[in-house]
Amino acid sequence: MRIKTISRSVDEFTRERSQDLQRVFHNFDPSLRPMEKAVEYQRALTAAKLEKIFARPFVGAMDGHRDGISCMAKNPNYLKGIFSASMDGDIRLWDIATSRRTVCQFPGHLGAVRGLTVSTDGNVLVSCGTDCNVRLWSVPRPSLEDSDLSSEKSTEPSAVYTCKNALLAVDHQFEGDLFATAGAQLDIWNHNRSQPVQSFTSGSHSVISVRFNPGEPDILATSSGDNHISIYDIRMSSAARKILMRTKTNSIAWNPMEPMNFTAANEDGNCYSFDGRKNEEAKCVHKDHVSAVMDIDFSPTGREFVTGSYDRSVRIFPYNGGHSREIYHTKRMQRVFCVKYSSDATYVISGSDDTNLRLWKAKASEQLGVILPREQKKHEYNEAVKNRYKHLPEIKRIVRHRHLPKPIYKAKAESRAMNDAKRRKDDRRKAHSAPGTVVTESHRTRRIIKEVE
Amino acid sequence: MEVALEDNNLMEKVLPPDEQEIDVELEAKEKKYLRGEGANLESLKDKKLKTQLASREKLYGKSAKAAAKIEKWLLPASAGYLETEGLEKTWRIKQTDIAKEVDLLSSRNQYDIVLPDFGPYKLDFTASGRHMLAGGRKGHLALVDMMNMNLIKEIHVRETVRDVAFLHNDQFFAAAQKKYSYIYARDGTELHCLKERGPVARLRFLKNHFLLASVNKIGQLHYQDVTYGDMVASIRTGKGRTDVMEVNPYNGVVALGHSGGTVTMWKPTSQAPLVQMQCHPGPVSAVAFHPNGHLMATSGKERKVKIWDLRKFEEVQTIHGFHAKTLSFSQKGLLAAGTGSFVQVLGDSSGGGHSRYMSHPMVKGYQVEKVMFRPYEDVLGIGHSMGWSSVLIPGSGEPNFDSWVANPFETSKQRREKEVHLLLDKLPPETIMLDPSKIGAMRPSRRKEKPTRGEIEAEKEVAIEAAKSVEMKKKTKGRNKPSKRTKKKKELVENAKKTFPELEEKNIAGKKRRIGEDAAAELPTSLKRFARKN
Repeated sequence: MRIKTISRSVDEFTRERSQDLQRVFHNFDPSLRPMEKAVEYQRALTAAKLEKIFARPFVGAMDGHRDGISCMAKNPNYLKGIFSASMDGDIRLWDIATSRRTVCQFPGHLGAVRGLTVSTDGNVLVSCGTDCNVRLWSVPRPSLEDSDLSSEKSTEPSAVYTCKNALLAVDHQFEGDLFATAGAQLDIWNHNRSQPVQSFTSGSHSVISVRFNPGEPDILATSSGDNHISIYDIRMSSAARKILMRTKTNSIAWNPMEPMNFTAANEDGNCYSFDGRKNEEAKCVHKDHVSAVMDIDFSPTGREFVTGSYDRSVRIFPYNGGHSREIYHTKRMQRVFCVKYSSDATYVISGSDDTNLRLWKAKASEQLGVILPREQKKHEYNEAVKNRYKHLPEIKRIVRHRHLPKPIYKAKAESRAMNDAKRRKDDRRKAHSAPGTVVTESHRTRRIIKEVE
Repeated sequence: MEVALEDNNLMEKVLPPDEQEIDVELEAKEKKYLRGEGANLESLKDKKLKTQLASREKLYGKSAKAAAKIEKWLLPASAGYLETEGLEKTWRIKQTDIAKEVDLLSSRNQYDIVLPDFGPYKLDFTASGRHMLAGGRKGHLALVDMMNMNLIKEIHVRETVRDVAFLHNDQFFAAAQKKYSYIYARDGTELHCLKERGPVARLRFLKNHFLLASVNKIGQLHYQDVTYGDMVASIRTGKGRTDVMEVNPYNGVVALGHSGGTVTMWKPTSQAPLVQMQCHPGPVSAVAFHPNGHLMATSGKERKVKIWDLRKFEEVQTIHGFHAKTLSFSQKGLLAAGTGSFVQVLGDSSGGGHSRYMSHPMVKGYQVEKVMFRPYEDVLGIGHSMGWSSVLIPGSGEPNFDSWVANPFETSKQRREKEVHLLLDKLPPETIMLDPSKIGAMRPSRRKEKPTRGEIEAEKEVAIEAAKSVEMKKKTKGRNKPSKRTKKKKELVENAKKTFPELEEKNIAGKKRRIGEDAAAELPTSLKRFARKN
């Protein structure tokens, strides 16, 4: 007969010296783990609760401006620096990493500064304002002296160009020399020329915002005061595409990972994601703000974007989802005029009417700093198990819960009641008419009047 | 290596036979890791959700494949076996023969501990199989470390001990003594006296829920949460005294065997049993559950051991010949049955059910009290009237353990961490149900059901009562005639007695008549006699 029995020798299964790691053996057989679904559900519940306990998104506020902040700019080459400009012409460079202080000031503008942008190599800062000036500054190189807290340098502009009308926005081309300003008309400038290289006029209304495409350096999107969104190719003489909507768009952002898509922040509180090639209907409508959305910026991952709105809140939306995943608000933060997503996808910076820049974590319960690989794995596991069961009522209640300021809560309740009533009436109208006569318009096309060209 | 054959203009790729076998094996393993069928996505109308779920299903398939492939490297040991040649039969092989063939480490697992003074012994093992608790009827409790054959602690409680059970690890154990049950720590200190339960006949611990379940001499079932001491449920079974109780490890359900031959299954959140099965014509003497949760073995005093399928609640097999006082399933599905001084092990032959695998006759004076397989080892522990024994049953234990589930080589630090993780993953008692995979699944939406006849009658009664008790307003100015009042009340009660369709018919008929009269009024007088009189 042939016999074999299980015999385990202790040396094979324990460590030899105390400096060694303990030996771990795996057997993923499901029959060794009874009730695994219930255990997973319990872990998801605990993970959801822990996430709420550790959710502390506010990192700090940066104080220094003397008037409301009108615009901000990221330096593509230097992660720790952020430029901000206020309504009284004050431009500052902030170090947002450890000190959260002004590193350098750029005085010179006489009126409100409406646009700020940095060239792709990080050397030139372009600013424009209501005093009809475009100023070019050279960005100071970060050095070891930056840690000296007392010094606040100020520099002179390297160039000042004057126009006929007030300027409302500016954006710099990716990997190029050109920048575009928006005002009474859309102008394309070169760094070295004092007059615009190219101009686009379109109708009588001013151009409110401008944004260059990260993928195609010659394409840019603008929005104008007569509710149009136009896409220009600077090699052509007129707009390539135009979309007419019901309300004006305050800001546009291109998706850095899918450069043919852009998202427009609209005055009616919604954000509309469009495919740049097909404009008859929006790809997605992001609805959660109760008041006008003032600014929008995409995360470098292209998977989410942050919006700041007139209703004193900052929201983070997924790129393809209709509702926000996160809302940030403070009693002290008034109307948010500009937001930026930091280039390492970890922080969100908001500039608001109360003269402060605020730094928030993009993921509220994230542990910052160096994380050990085992901790990282545990975080990932918690995230995955929570996402698997986040549709069940007990967990959904915890994951979805956000405290809203009272005005926003009431406004949302009101709009919900109004929408419900409207929908009910539409449904009844449809049910009592001949099938096919009453057509419901989808949300994606509802606010678009037409596409021109 | 692939060989392409041309057969009637068809190119076929034929794999060599050993690769084909490996493929079949891999598929079987993959099935194990897939944990059931995939979701049916055809009925979904939402395209976005459909694509998301389809990609997730694909991921599950891939991960099952990867797990099946890596099993070869991850699992170092293979299961034990006993194969005979020629005319030899496996059930004739004695333990002494095995001892000669097997290595030294395994032969240390065969022994007899003789303790004749303290009565029949009941056994319990921890989940990793490292520690064993032996409780003698006359009050002897012994905690043994099986790896070193080291007696950790031994106490004499000097009263009857009917059952013993480990709690979540070897640090705590419970003993069901003469009047009450007690919980002891590893060093023998008595920690708690569980008075509420009364004299307990059987004690079992539900590991995932931290519930100590017991059935007492009156037939009451008690569930107590040992983390904070709350009595979660005390259920009056209503079926009288029983001392046959087992826990189904797959779903945490407690099964009681009664003297009428029924086996009832209980969960702590309901006062009525989940299932009642008539298993035997006479009293049920033992119950055991297969670790996969689908099979249950019961034995009755009429000398039959029956194996049941718990998904359909049907009998799968009957084994005649002996009545087992105690039954136990091993991790690999072998069934041990102990009667008198004879222990028989039945093995799961492919497709044929359980058949004789091995047997161990003991000296006549050793009356078997409890058999229990030791987890992760090829060992069967037998508690009997003269102490306890341990015999080798090749192929009964799971050869590869998972350190995060149960580690026989645990250090004290690992044990402490594991305790914390177990407590964090403690399941609430509501999760005990017959089918544990239902948690997190969708409940099929039930449309509002039509009320049953009984419900309709009940509603009618209520309406009639209401109509009868309504207070009629006393009218003034000569309109308060008693005849009119009674007529009105009668009408109300009649309406309440009528069903809704009858009432509707009455109304519609009234309307039609009125319409008919109007139409008749429009005709010119000469044609009025031709008007339809309905």
